[in-house]
Amino acid sequence: MSADATTIPASQVTPTDDGHHGPTDIYYVRIAIALAVITAIEVAWSYLPVWDDATGFKAFVEVAGLLVMMAIKFVVVASNFMHLKFDSKILTRIFYAGLGLAIAVYLAALTSLHLFG
Amino acid sequence: MTDFVDPHVVAAAGDPPDATDETHMLSHVTSTGISNEKLAMWVFLGSECLLFGGLISTFLLYKHHAGSGALDQTPHELYDLAFTSISSFVLLMSSLSMVFAVSSIQRGDGRAMRTWLAVTALLGSVFIAGQVYEFTEFLDQGYGFTHSPAWSAFFGLTGFHGVHVTLGIIMLVSAIVLSLRGRIGPDQAEGIEIIGLYWHFVDVVWIIIFTVVYLIK
Repeated sequence: MSADATTIPASQVTPTDDGHHGPTDIYYVRIAIALAVITAIEVAWSYLPVWDDATGFKAFVEVAGLLVMMAIKFVVVASNFMHLKFDSKILTRIFYAGLGLAIAVYLAALTSLHLFG
Repeated sequence: MTDFVDPHVVAAAGDPPDATDETHMLSHVTSTGISNEKLAMWVFLGSECLLFGGLISTFLLYKHHAGSGALDQTPHELYDLAFTSISSFVLLMSSLSMVFAVSSIQRGDGRAMRTWLAVTALLGSVFIAGQVYEFTEFLDQGYGFTHSPAWSAFFGLTGFHGVHVTLGIIMLVSAIVLSLRGRIGPDQAEGIEIIGLYWHFVDVVWIIIFTVVYLIK
């Protein structure tokens, strides 16, 4: 991920008439381009011939790569488009608490049902 | 969590408020500094993670249970990945137009807000049209909701997401209509922001579905 998606240069943060401070439209365009590029890499990654009939470590690398790119896209959208990066931290805690709870509960359930066995 | 500010009590303690101050004081002041409506939407979105987590887990459990006989293919064997990739791109770009709608109303530009809301609704409709086309293709090949556990899980998960997108489109169109009637101005910018939160959430859920359901074999 480039620095564009995680940091806002001072020149791209403008105060509005009501005193609201937020990124400029060009900042959001850059975020959208970054997301589109990651999506393209994801699709290309899944088509790589190296994964044909992949098992063991190769299959792990294929899935891990896709999950990492998915997580990056998720965090970028939640932080920037959903304004978690600029809003009160309590909103971040609420949202990621729900997400963390969901991941923990369903990982436990899927493990008990031998999905990863 | 919240304190209601009584304007009469405040007025007795200091100078009489002018009309603007009084309007402001009649609203709720929260200890978090976040409006109750926005907080409620975030709590709702946090709980939605559990809902979609259940649906995704069900799909992971049953994705290989495709049934037997002539129609024994799993959803993954029939996906048109190129088509779904374009749909995903369309939904991602709808998040960008939604952000533009929110920043437009925060600047007080109602006309630009309506334009961007319409663009967002249009992109959302294109996504839904793509999903309907995909479902129709599967149904034509004999794979319906009740065909097998794998197909039930697939239609349940993606269909539920589609319902969420459709509800989002209804919210967007409602906001456009309300704005045209003069009932949404810069003072109600937070309402548009809350609709935006819902829309972006639908987008992040699709980010997960696209990877887990479509890309991972």
